[in-house]
Amino acid sequence: MRRVALIAVPYLWLLALFLVPFIIVLKISLSDYDLSIPPYSPTLDLSSGWEGLKSFFGALDFENFTFLTTDDLYWKAYLSSVRIAVIATFCTLLVGYPIAYGMANAPDHWRPTLMMLVILPFWTSFLIRVYSWMGILSTEGYLNQLLIGMGLISEPLTILNTNTAVYIGIVYTYLPFMILPIYSTLERMDASLLEAAEDLGCSRIEAFWLVTFPLSRNGIIAGCFLVFIPTIGEFVIPALLGGSDTLMIGKVLWEEFFNNRDWPVASAVAVILLLILIIPIILFQRNEQKQREAEG
Amino acid sequence: MRRFTWFNATSLTLGFAFLYLPMVILIVYSFNASELVTVWAGFSTKWYGELLQNEAFLDAAWVTIQVAVISSTIATVLGTMAAYVLVRAGRFAGRTLFSGMIYAPLVMPEVITGLSLLLLFIGIGLDRGVLTIILAHTTFSMCYVSVVVSSRLVSFDRSLEEAALDLGCTSMEAFRLVTLPIIAPAVISGWLLAFTLSLDDLVIASFTAGPSATTLPIKIWSSIRLGVSPEINALSTLLIAIVAVGVITASLITKRAALRQEAEERAAIRA
Repeated sequence: MRRVALIAVPYLWLLALFLVPFIIVLKISLSDYDLSIPPYSPTLDLSSGWEGLKSFFGALDFENFTFLTTDDLYWKAYLSSVRIAVIATFCTLLVGYPIAYGMANAPDHWRPTLMMLVILPFWTSFLIRVYSWMGILSTEGYLNQLLIGMGLISEPLTILNTNTAVYIGIVYTYLPFMILPIYSTLERMDASLLEAAEDLGCSRIEAFWLVTFPLSRNGIIAGCFLVFIPTIGEFVIPALLGGSDTLMIGKVLWEEFFNNRDWPVASAVAVILLLILIIPIILFQRNEQKQREAEG
Repeated sequence: MRRFTWFNATSLTLGFAFLYLPMVILIVYSFNASELVTVWAGFSTKWYGELLQNEAFLDAAWVTIQVAVISSTIATVLGTMAAYVLVRAGRFAGRTLFSGMIYAPLVMPEVITGLSLLLLFIGIGLDRGVLTIILAHTTFSMCYVSVVVSSRLVSFDRSLEEAALDLGCTSMEAFRLVTLPIIAPAVISGWLLAFTLSLDDLVIASFTAGPSATTLPIKIWSSIRLGVSPEINALSTLLIAIVAVGVITASLITKRAALRQEAEERAAIRA
């Protein structure tokens, strides 16, 4: 009896507040936009019984999805989100790997402090971390002041409100997600393998590329997924740092909902976004599973 | 043989400079006397003074703290239960769906979670306000709590629980006297995680908050959309300071607790 209650409470909570809301999104994505409250039709009216149910399902269609394919704003936004996420993930890897590598090679008694320093920004408000770059990157911002002061440039660079600023923002905020899994694979690596490689005549750089790098593959894959998956649906970074030409689907969904108040289209955008995300999520889980099996 | 090379030292220095400089600049410029945020005009704490007199910010901060405390507490209870079910309850009908629902919110884009919850609240006619934000925050943070707690549950020696049952404890007593003290550090860090997630959240709160309740991130958002402001710099500095103190204290406490627990577990097994 107690076991049933233990399972039922969190189960029902998640059913009611996670699964049911999704079914509603799916349903509204098949409904039509309407100038009413709520702004869509049909609404399910159970009081009219079977007939009501029949006319309700009869009124659902894929019109919003067809609309998404005809208006090129949407597919451009999906493509551009994926492209931005791929480039940003790669940049995060380039920045994060040397840091993780440095941490793994650091003396033992430094490591807890270094770990703490990587995790600490993660606890700090995401919004504030993104905001901190607005003052740095703006036309009269600190970076331009510094570069002009050093005489490197004469005209201020336009970085804020461009895709470059979005990349910087993503690398900055998601860096801990890249560093931690790479660090944990590098740290567990058997260091005597490197000695063996060097004894066999590898230079230090060769030993890195032939031994260390391949052995950190799982960490790299995990880190890339952990950055890539949330970046695709990102809203705050493109909205604050990006320009009017920065197209990301999270921003489109937000604007569709809050500015255009077109709920059915916003729901359809959400459904497609989820479909796009399912592939990397499954790949990520498979990778994690493989790793767990390899360890167990 | 691990060697800490110059290359390693340089990449760590540059890396941590990249991670921390933006925040340091933000903190320094929050003490800037000038109205123009990018021009330094001497040291002043006047923006902190103005912040403390800004009723709208104070109200939003109060709402945010209420939401965070209540939602993270409920999320910790539910998340711990869920973790216990995942690790200990064995097989039951719908287990796959259950673990799916635990892990899915972790990778779900916030815009989708926010949108779907809003549509639910409107569908059942629940007025948007503090309650709806609490429900939304509880739902996604319980999943984080359950991941943190289940990793601790997996790693602890189950024979301790079995011993308690053999010695005549009911399963409830065994949980309270044996399991809970052992997983306590994970439960506490789960609560802290849920609390900060709730404090930080902008997107889900924007969808689920009504006109009657504004949280601090929503308030910050509406003012930084227009650009950098010295008042927000001051507010950010306060938030960064609170988080830094909180995280460092918590990690010291949990580290000490974990060490003591390990020693006790070892002593108990030897005895």
